[in-house]
Amino acid sequence: MREGNANAVGCDGKERDMNATTHSAAKTSTGLLSIVFVALVGATVLFLAGHAQSATLHDAAHDMRHATGFPCH
Amino acid sequence: MIQRMLAGGLIAGFAAGLLAALLHFAFIQELILVGEDYETGALVHFSDAGAEADHNHAAGEAAHDHGTGDAGEMPLSRNMLTVLFTGLTYAGYGLLLVAAFAFAGQLGHKVGAQEGILWGLAGYAAFQLAPSMGLPPELPGSVAADLTDRQIWYFGTVIATGVALALFAFGRGFIPALVAGMLIAAPHVIGAPHLDEYYGVAPPEVAGEFVARALGVGFVAWAVLGWLAGRFWAKEPV
Repeated sequence: MREGNANAVGCDGKERDMNATTHSAAKTSTGLLSIVFVALVGATVLFLAGHAQSATLHDAAHDMRHATGFPCH
Repeated sequence: MIQRMLAGGLIAGFAAGLLAALLHFAFIQELILVGEDYETGALVHFSDAGAEADHNHAAGEAAHDHGTGDAGEMPLSRNMLTVLFTGLTYAGYGLLLVAAFAFAGQLGHKVGAQEGILWGLAGYAAFQLAPSMGLPPELPGSVAADLTDRQIWYFGTVIATGVALALFAFGRGFIPALVAGMLIAAPHVIGAPHLDEYYGVAPPEVAGEFVARALGVGFVAWAVLGWLAGRFWAKEPV
């Protein structure tokens, strides 16, 4: 009876490998999500500072936009 | 991971932005002010004066007082905003750069300070150098095509050049290099939006100097940005 339990599916030690695989897959997708998130924050900051056409932003960022070569006016 | 990216990207970005702002005031701001004097008519370029004989006398007189144009009004708050927005722009660049470092890390490419410089220069090529070949930095007083058209061409060029450089660097074999070459060339084959005639009122000498200095400042700031971001990135193991 005990032996039977020991050999049951999921109790043969391989479950640890499975967990490890699942864990690393989850880590990779969290990593990708973080990367996309940070890239989006960066792109948003860049767009607001450099390219948004609100008059206030444009006037405030005017000299930088010219000097950085962003299309301005 | 997120904190590490945000901290590294923001610190490197603001530091590089501060350097860019310093270089801006050392090399670029005076030319912007001269360009604005021509834009507002405080200065008149002699070729304009030739076209409108009535204004001929204004050219010589105005040329001596270009320091007093209204561009100089409230210079402190204006310059503080330039520092702030230069910092923000490079912070945006920094965040995009570390996001790219992290993505490269996922694919097994490690980035340190040395690689960071190359990444920074690639970012410079994608965000400034390649777009400048179609849409050179505009001195105030330049007149250019429709803004939306220019923005579309600008972003298309940034993306095409960035992807092409990544393909050159990380692709294997002939096909990725061929695609990369086509991507780099495409925006310039299509051509940036331009007007049919030239309407600029500032002298070409000022505009030329402005463009060269803008590209030079960007080169230095991007190299430092890449180096700093690479240093921060390499400090902690992935």
